[in-house]
Amino acid sequence: MSELRFEAVSVRYGHGRHSMTAVDDVSLTVPSGEIVGLVGESGSGKSTLARAAVGLTPISAGRITLDGRSIDVRSGVRRQLQMVFQDPYLSLNPRMSIGQSIGETMPDRPRSQRSAEVRRLMQLVDLAPERMSQFPAQLSGGQRQRVALARALAGQPDVIIADEITSALDVSVQGTVLNLVRDLQSQLGLSMLFISHNLAVVRYVASQVVVMYRGRIVEHGPTADVLADPQHPYTRELLSA
Amino acid sequence: MKKRWLSVLRTPVGLSAGLLLFVVLALAVVAPLLWSGRADHVDTNVMLEGASARHWVGTDDLGRDLFFRVLVATRLSIQLALVATLIAVVVGLALGTLPALVGPRLGRFAVAVVNVAVAFPGLLLALFFAVIFGVGAHGAVLAIGLASAPSFARLTQTLVAGVISLDYVAAARSAGIGRFRVLLRHVLPNIAEPLVVNATIGAGGSLLAFAGLSFLGLGVQAPQYDWGRLLGDGLASIYVSPAAALAPGVAVVVAGLAFNLFGEAVAKGFGLTTQLGRLPEAPSAPADVPELDTEHVLDVQSLSVTLPGGLRPVRDVSLRIRRGEAVGVVGESGSGKSLTALAIAQLIEEPVQVTASRLRFRGTDLLTGSHRRLLGTSLAMVFQDPMTAFNPVRRIGAQLAEGAREHDGLTRKAAYARAVDRLRSVRIREPERRAGQYPHEFSGGMRQRALIGMGMMGKPALIIADEPTTALDVTVQAQILQLLQEIRLADEVALLLISHDVTVVRAICDRVLVMYAGRIVEDVSSLDRARHPYTRALVAAVPTMETSLDEPLAVIPGRMPDLADVSVGCAFAARCPLADDHCRQVEPSLETSPDGSRVACWHANDLALTTRGS
Ligand SMILES: Nc1ncnc2c1ncn2[C@@H]1O[C@H](COP(=O)(O)OP(=O)(O)O)[C@@H](O)[C@H]1O
Ligand code: SF4
Ligand SMILES: [Mg+2]
Repeated sequence: MSELRFEAVSVRYGHGRHSMTAVDDVSLTVPSGEIVGLVGESGSGKSTLARAAVGLTPISAGRITLDGRSIDVRSGVRRQLQMVFQDPYLSLNPRMSIGQSIGETMPDRPRSQRSAEVRRLMQLVDLAPERMSQFPAQLSGGQRQRVALARALAGQPDVIIADEITSALDVSVQGTVLNLVRDLQSQLGLSMLFISHNLAVVRYVASQVVVMYRGRIVEHGPTADVLADPQHPYTRELLSA
Repeated sequence: MKKRWLSVLRTPVGLSAGLLLFVVLALAVVAPLLWSGRADHVDTNVMLEGASARHWVGTDDLGRDLFFRVLVATRLSIQLALVATLIAVVVGLALGTLPALVGPRLGRFAVAVVNVAVAFPGLLLALFFAVIFGVGAHGAVLAIGLASAPSFARLTQTLVAGVISLDYVAAARSAGIGRFRVLLRHVLPNIAEPLVVNATIGAGGSLLAFAGLSFLGLGVQAPQYDWGRLLGDGLASIYVSPAAALAPGVAVVVAGLAFNLFGEAVAKGFGLTTQLGRLPEAPSAPADVPELDTEHVLDVQSLSVTLPGGLRPVRDVSLRIRRGEAVGVVGESGSGKSLTALAIAQLIEEPVQVTASRLRFRGTDLLTGSHRRLLGTSLAMVFQDPMTAFNPVRRIGAQLAEGAREHDGLTRKAAYARAVDRLRSVRIREPERRAGQYPHEFSGGMRQRALIGMGMMGKPALIIADEPTTALDVTVQAQILQLLQEIRLADEVALLLISHDVTVVRAICDRVLVMYAGRIVEDVSSLDRARHPYTRALVAAVPTMETSLDEPLAVIPGRMPDLADVSVGCAFAARCPLADDHCRQVEPSLETSPDGSRVACWHANDLALTTRGS
């Protein structure tokens, strides 16, 4: 597993007078094998930061590195960073079967091995491999989110970025996905940037927590410490909400 | 997909257009094989004759039978139209997908080129090309193909832009999959349907255009002939034998209509309709119609929603909401929450049936008459999906203002001012500037806030909010809920708040309805007093700041039964720790307790005892 670092990263949208800074000089490290929770209000730039890391949004300043290697160029390193999106109803191609979706991110390998690997991953995320030929429409939200997780794992990533992966899910399945995240982390030693607006959820999965406010990081530390003794007013507001 | 194509053929228009198209295409294939001889048979004895028993639409200047010539011309006419369409599609697709392939800067250039080309009159373009490529069928095909390519390119660009911003495309791109492959596997399959429909309609247009060019002598040249040429030749003698001009004219119109109508029918069948279904009469007449009820804004009795196949996703739902009351609805997805809300707001579309024995809103009986104007005025609806609720090509402020202008007769300026004010009240920073932006410039959370603002543009007596804060973070959520509270208290606005998030409902509502497998299983003033095992399991599954970190989170084993599997007995029995044989055989009805709460569980009272004891 590896370490993901954001070094003084800024992201600006738009040009000239209409530009706005969505992420402002953010430095943050996801240490190897740890889950770092990222909290902050909507529009604070959490998703922008995540999208920048996987190359969906260009950064305007700073550097993002994986084990010291810069990943802002289109290189093979990209695959080693996988993202899971908030809404499993939007993040799976409705025209591709579960097996195809999971297999697509896999590094090249022979057909037979590929299908065996898809089965293994499906079992890992607690999905019956028989569902391989089914389409997203036949799955519930929780099952879809597991497919999305399996697809991310298929790329054999060093770091996974999870953006609000439980907030579109029912309470009854949110728990199973969170349990799965914790299991995967302890089994595979995954490093993960876990974005959520729900402090109770972040508290449950993350060992460190980072608080973002209006594009900047305002607080950072071990989860237990930050929750027990919040320094920034925004964190306090978050805790009392 | 196949099913949807079939269902198109089941509508009257779809079926007629489909049959017509089939006949036209069949003629194109068989006519030259069967009747070439008769169409080319020269008979100098009957030159330029009018319609007769032997020659139904007369003959031409070489005495050839025009009826058969029209039939035989079908092949060439259709062929040319299809080839031209193919050219339009290929060029259009190439131009239209270019922005997605070459990156933003070159992409913008491609878009600009297409926009200019679209603005250029098509026929002029065709004439221009006809001059360049020379007079003749080849030139004309190219001309018509290229002339219709820009509009196809623009459609493609719009569709591609819509799909490419979706999460699954982002997911594929972030997984390191190349642009070309993303386009091929993720984008094109998901925009194929509208493209095919449009190409079909386009083929009708090409057919007409081609007839026009041939008619002008710029298309097909002798000795070949298509409908346009026959029309041109026939026109010379229109006063002598009108049928000679009319027959090819009719053929062009019929074939053109066949393509157009079929395309339209398919487009309609694929869900581009916006018509709202009406509520049919209830099966059982209301037994006890109460006198004008001013206490409740909403009074619903035995509401059921039935799908065409007979499955019932909402069964026998009864609920009342007092003025200014906040009622929450919780339950997992598929339990019927949204359908219940849509049924109340009368937004259920035709093939789905809604029945109720009573449905009253502020004393008005919604079961009779039409009440379209309720929506947007005294009844506000805030939808689950902020992406689809806004028109992507209109500015947010204008979209909010629109309703207020329509319902309250405000001036454009006043309506816009109110829109800005509502945006501010839902905590959107710089509302003046934001009002001038498009939906895609808002983050997901802001879009949702703007949507809530839209619901508050009128003076609603009831706000039905379906998952309004799901994507919002806790602090904004709290502010929004506070805002809803303020509005409620100031104007006695009632709220029906649907959410899968127990915490949200718990924070704001006076009463909570719990739905499971299409029924209300519990109606309770506080979730802490819940007696139904399902409700209690839901509450236990939410992590809190006190949840133990050393154990896995409590989960509800199994899943809600599919609609088709709801059988006898309690629907929750398979997942319920208290289930016994009685539960599995007899469905408990929703019983009202002395304190006004309702619960549908055989063991509700045992459970209450055990909690009180512990
Ligand atoms: N494509 C875009 N164009 C312009 N502005 C954008 C775009 N995407 C996001 N933004 C802006 O960036 C800010 C941060 O958005 P986002 O990162 O989505 O927030 P979060 O994920 O924390 O909810 C918001 O103010 C939003 O308006
Ligand atoms: S009726 Fe029986 S099975 Fe149903 S919820 Fe109550 S105890 Fe459980
Ligand atoms: Mg976000």
